[in-house]
This record gives sequence, C-alpha cells and structure tokens, in this order.
Amino acid sequence: MSFPALEAQGVCKYFSADGSRPLLPLPWLGRQAKKVAAVEDISFRLPRGEILGILGPNGSGKSTLVRLVATLLLPDKGWIRVFGHDVVREAAAVKKMINRVSAEAAFFKRLSAVENLMYAARLYGMEGRTARRRIGEILERLGIAAEKAREPLEELSRGMQQKVAIARAFLTSPVLLLLDEPTTGLDPRSKREVQDFIRELRAVHDTTVLLTTHDMAEADSLCDRVAIMCDGRFVALDTPARLKASLEPTHVGASLEDVFLALTGKELQAEEEAA
Amino acid sequence: MIALPAKAVRMHARAAYAFVERNFNLVRRYWGWELVWLVYSIANALAITYIGAGMQHISGAVVDTNYLVLYLLVGSLVWGYLDIVFHSISETIAWERWEGTIEYTFMAPVSRLTHLVGQTLFSLVYGLLFTSVVFGVVALFFRLDIQGANLLGALAVGAAGSLSFIGFGIVAAVLPLLFPEKGSQMTHVVEAVLLLVSGVYYPVSVLPSWMQRVAAISPATYALEGIRLAILAQSTWGALFPYMLRLVVMGFVTIPLGVWVFGLAERYAKRTGRLKRSG
Ligand SMILES: Nc1ncnc2c1ncn2[C@@H]1O[C@H](COP(=O)(O)OP(=O)(O)O)[C@@H](O)[C@H]1O
Ligand SMILES: [Mg+2]
Repeated sequence: MSFPALEAQGVCKYFSADGSRPLLPLPWLGRQAKKVAAVEDISFRLPRGEILGILGPNGSGKSTLVRLVATLLLPDKGWIRVFGHDVVREAAAVKKMINRVSAEAAFFKRLSAVENLMYAARLYGMEGRTARRRIGEILERLGIAAEKAREPLEELSRGMQQKVAIARAFLTSPVLLLLDEPTTGLDPRSKREVQDFIRELRAVHDTTVLLTTHDMAEADSLCDRVAIMCDGRFVALDTPARLKASLEPTHVGASLEDVFLALTGKELQAEEEAA
Repeated sequence: MIALPAKAVRMHARAAYAFVERNFNLVRRYWGWELVWLVYSIANALAITYIGAGMQHISGAVVDTNYLVLYLLVGSLVWGYLDIVFHSISETIAWERWEGTIEYTFMAPVSRLTHLVGQTLFSLVYGLLFTSVVFGVVALFFRLDIQGANLLGALAVGAAGSLSFIGFGIVAAVLPLLFPEKGSQMTHVVEAVLLLVSGVYYPVSVLPSWMQRVAAISPATYALEGIRLAILAQSTWGALFPYMLRLVVMGFVTIPLGVWVFGLAERYAKRTGRLKRSG
C-alpha cells in the first residue's frame, strides 16, 4: 500500500507562556507554567504531489506545525507521519525525506552561497563532486550568477538569500518540502520567481509541498488545497474554489480573505515584516 | 551485506567532514578574529613565560631559569590547547544559535554522535595547528633547552588529555541548548575554575586542600603533570603510563556521559521549543 506524503492525527503543541518558564529545567522547581496552545487538535492527510497551503495570521501556529513535521519540536498529543514514518520514533527516516525553507534565511552569514550549500550537501551524505555539480545547476536555474555565489551571503539581497534557501532545500531532493512563508518580505518580482520555482518542482519532480503563507493571492494561485488556520486550529480545509463557493449564495465572488473573515471573525492582516 | 555498512560509514564520514570543512571555511572568512586571537594568545604566552625568565631578578636568588621558563611555557601551551578543544566543542550550539542555522543542522539526517565527532575532529586539528604556531613564535624569544625531553611521551599525554576535554566540552555544550541566553557565559565560569585548580602555572600542592580535591577531578591536572614529567623530568613511558591511563579512563567516562546528556537536552529543547522560535 502507498502512504500519504504527510498525515497528522490529533496533533497538539503547547508552550509555556512568556515569563512563566521555570528558571531551571527541573519539573519540581517549576511554578505552574501558563500554557499557550500553539497547535490544537490538527488532523489532515496530504497525498503525494499535492501543494497544501496553510493560511493564517501571525501567531496562528503555522510555524509550530511545520516544525513538528520537521522533527524540530515534539508533539504533546497526536501523531504525524511522513510517508508512513512517525516523526518522533522514526525521526532519522523522516529527516532524509524532508527539507524546509523558513521566512528567515538561516545561513552562515559570512560563508558564501556555495560554501553554505556544500555544508548542507555533505550533511545529507552527498559526495563532494556530485554536490558541486548539483549546486552549480541549481544556482544557475535560480539565476544566481557564479561570482555572486562566492560572495559572503550577508552581501546578497533578501530575495537572493531566499532563493539560496530554496536551493538548499531542493539540493537534497526532498520528497516532502516544507515552505514556511517562503515569500514573506520579498519584492513582487522575487515572489513570482519563487512561486514559479515551486510550481516547477511539483511538475517536474512530483514533490509534495506544505506551504504556509499569510498572502491570500499566493494561497489561491499556488495551492491545490488550503487550510485556514486560526489560534492553533484548522477552521477549514478545502480547494480554494470550494472555500470561496462555501460563502454562496450570500456572498458571490468571495475571496479567500472573505472566507477567512467569515470563519474566524478576524481580519487576515497581510503584514509584511520590513525586510 | 558487506557493502551496506561500508556505505553507511561513508555517509557518516561525509557528514562528519561537513563540520570540519564548514568550520575551516568559517576560520577563513573570519580571519580578522583569528588574527586577533592569535596575537592575543602569543602575547599571553610570552607574558607568562617572561615571568620565568625574570624570576632570578625578582627573587634575587639563583633559580634554574630554563626549567622555570619551560614549566610556565608548558602550562601556557597546554592550557591554550585544551581551551581551544573545550571551546570549539562547547560552542557547537552557541555558535549556530548566533548564526541562526541551528534548526537546519538539527533537521539534517545526521546522528548527534556524527555531529560531535565532526566538531571534535575540527577542534583537535585546529587546536594543534594554532598551538604549534603560538609555540613556534614564542620559541623564537627564548633559548629553550629541551634535550632529553620525552616529546613523544608529552604528545601522547596531550592526546589522552584531549579525550577527557572532549567529554567536558560536550557536557558544556548542553548549557547553551538549555539556556539560550546565558548558557555560553556559564561555560566560561567552569573554565575559570579549572584554570585555577588544575595547576596550570604552579603545582597543585600549593593550593588549599579543598582546592586540591577539586584538582583531583580535573583532567587538566593530570595532563599538565604528565606533560611536565615528560619534558622537564625526562620521564620514561612507564612513568607516564598512569597519567595516560587516568586521562583515557576519564575520557571513557565523560564522552559517553556527554553524548547521553546532550541527547536528553536535545529532547528537552525540542519539547519546550528552545531550539529556535522566530521565523
Ligand atoms: N518556541 C516557542 N516557545 C514559546 N512559544 C512559542 C514558540 N514558538 C511559537 N510560540 C507561540 O506559539 C504561537 C504560534 O506561533 P507560530 O507557530 O510561530 O505562529 P505563526 O507561524 O503562524 O506566526 C504564538 O503564540 C507564539 O508566541
Ligand atoms: Mg511563522
């Protein structure tokens, strides 16, 4: 039988609220910490090759959910499986299948794109010569000139850095790609280029994508299905078309923004962090 | 059947090498810092060694200046080396937290053991290179008479001493994992105490007895004593053996302990969200 690319069942993640963390990580010393439910009872299935968008305002739990899939956080309740492998018990197997791009391009700032990518490639067990060739190909595809790729990354623009982040994620040929606000803070042109590359990945490599965003147009145009997330919960999960149709007949020609507003009673303020 | 483990070993070796290559790239890109640190270390070693050269003037008594100079130089170099090994391992986490790359390293399909092995390999090679340069420069300033010194023996004791410092470094690396804000300062406190009690620039026997008890559990104490015996007392391998044995045993205790504690701390960090929060 074939497993879905990603499956989650009843997943919850709680954090202790700011200021109520115990001084020492010893349970018997801890004051009763106040809990924040960052992810609350989330279940879904993501079939292979699909792009699933998670649309939600800041603080709704999108990144926490992505980190749970990425084995960087341990769920408090429920389970998550990547191609049938449990993210907690079989973390090593899961790590080989995934990679992630976060809104912040997390690199060794003084190292060049090539040096950063080389480090990533070796971590994934790639042989030096193969890695160098693949890095060259990907950087070329993303339109990063060879001399730019040898400069310290801190000297590249935000959009350029984000492309290198995508190159890093793609370099290791993940079957499940986790994109956490990959276009936040990018100028419209870079945004388009990144979106086109994501489409290409899916078309050519059948990569499954979990993508978070607070950009409605992006969710609408890029994703096969969209989950609307608010206060740690999925309040809806469907194709963009059906989500919009759900407001009919009272609201014909609704946008995802309208759907979000109707479901949560909140505005989805598309704040872009100043880059 | 045979091919599989060989392939697995190759994957681990590549992953461990990832850390070595990355760290040397960082050294190259931050060469300004390296230069400052090198000048500082050389000046420091010289300043301490000159105390030995000046002792006859200071005390007015006849002293064996060559012996004193070597005694202090050994202290300075060995401590410098152990300091590098300790720090480049204990800052495994702190550095990546500062760069913001920690999640990417933890997400990679690399066992923590491979990660720490890579970091350790780098620390040993880098520590040896750095200390050799410091020694090379300092040696130009003094007429050092090391005839009859058991240099190989000294290196062997140093290698055994590295083991236990690797273990200490791994344990200390846990602190920045648990305490994102203050963890790396804490490792400096640990080190200051070790410097004080381990007899880096004086025999442990001059310390108050309670400090001597702390010295007895510091691997630096045995590394320094062993190396001084090899260089200053021209001791034979037989005489050095107990020191090496003790250091190796300490390494065999502290390294697995360190890796185990690190595993616990990693789980704790992933449960409570201390790896990273933003972005
Ligand atoms: N590591 C953490 N420690 C404590 N609280 C956290 C941590 N990560 C996220 N949170 C809290 O969990 C909630 C969801 O955050 P997050 O998943 O980052 O949301 P989003 O990505 O949708 O902006 C927020 O209230 C946030 O403050
Ligand atoms: Mg987020």
